[in-house]
Amino acid sequence: MSNKINIVCISGTREKLQMAAMIASVAAACGDEVTVFLSMNALAFFVKGNTDNAPVEGAFGTLMEEKGVPPFKQLFQQAVELGDAKLLPCSMAVDLLEVTQDDLEPEIGPPTGLTRFLSDAEGGQLLSF
Amino acid sequence: MSETKIVDACNTYCPGPLMELITHMKQAEVGDTIELLSTDQGSADDVPEWVNKCGHEMVGTEKVGEIWHISVRKAK
Repeated sequence: MSNKINIVCISGTREKLQMAAMIASVAAACGDEVTVFLSMNALAFFVKGNTDNAPVEGAFGTLMEEKGVPPFKQLFQQAVELGDAKLLPCSMAVDLLEVTQDDLEPEIGPPTGLTRFLSDAEGGQLLSF
Repeated sequence: MSETKIVDACNTYCPGPLMELITHMKQAEVGDTIELLSTDQGSADDVPEWVNKCGHEMVGTEKVGEIWHISVRKAK
């Protein structure tokens, strides 16, 4: 039986985005129904043309870069391609950044409000990073 | 005719090797075997979990030097 896993990303640090992406990609590839809600500092990294790498929070973030772990954006993309994960931008964050869905990476879905996210998330696990 | 394909995922870390395997499994035919090469201990433990959960078949796991050879047959 598949699980429903909802991941809320608000931090813009590399470690947190990496952990969220790892869980999203593995869960989606295992057949779980995965929804990732991107808000606050996390969303800016999914604006097209933003090539900034998320700043590291501590020594482990630097170590990951040195060792060459798969980048979090690639893992999120694989979660969508291999396991039909949904990556949804928070509508409030979209408004504040003054962007539209067209300004975001192609794997990002439509801006989604909290009411909709919470009602879709009902009954599933919710993890926040 | 079933084929065996080698997928080299050495020097990448969890969940890189698993993602490489899944990408190639999607493209493979039922009955094909994929031999995943990985230097990551975590992946050697985690890949069989994925294989069982998704209903594919573990052919075997062998460590040669520093490299794990994880063979998986696509069952469906």
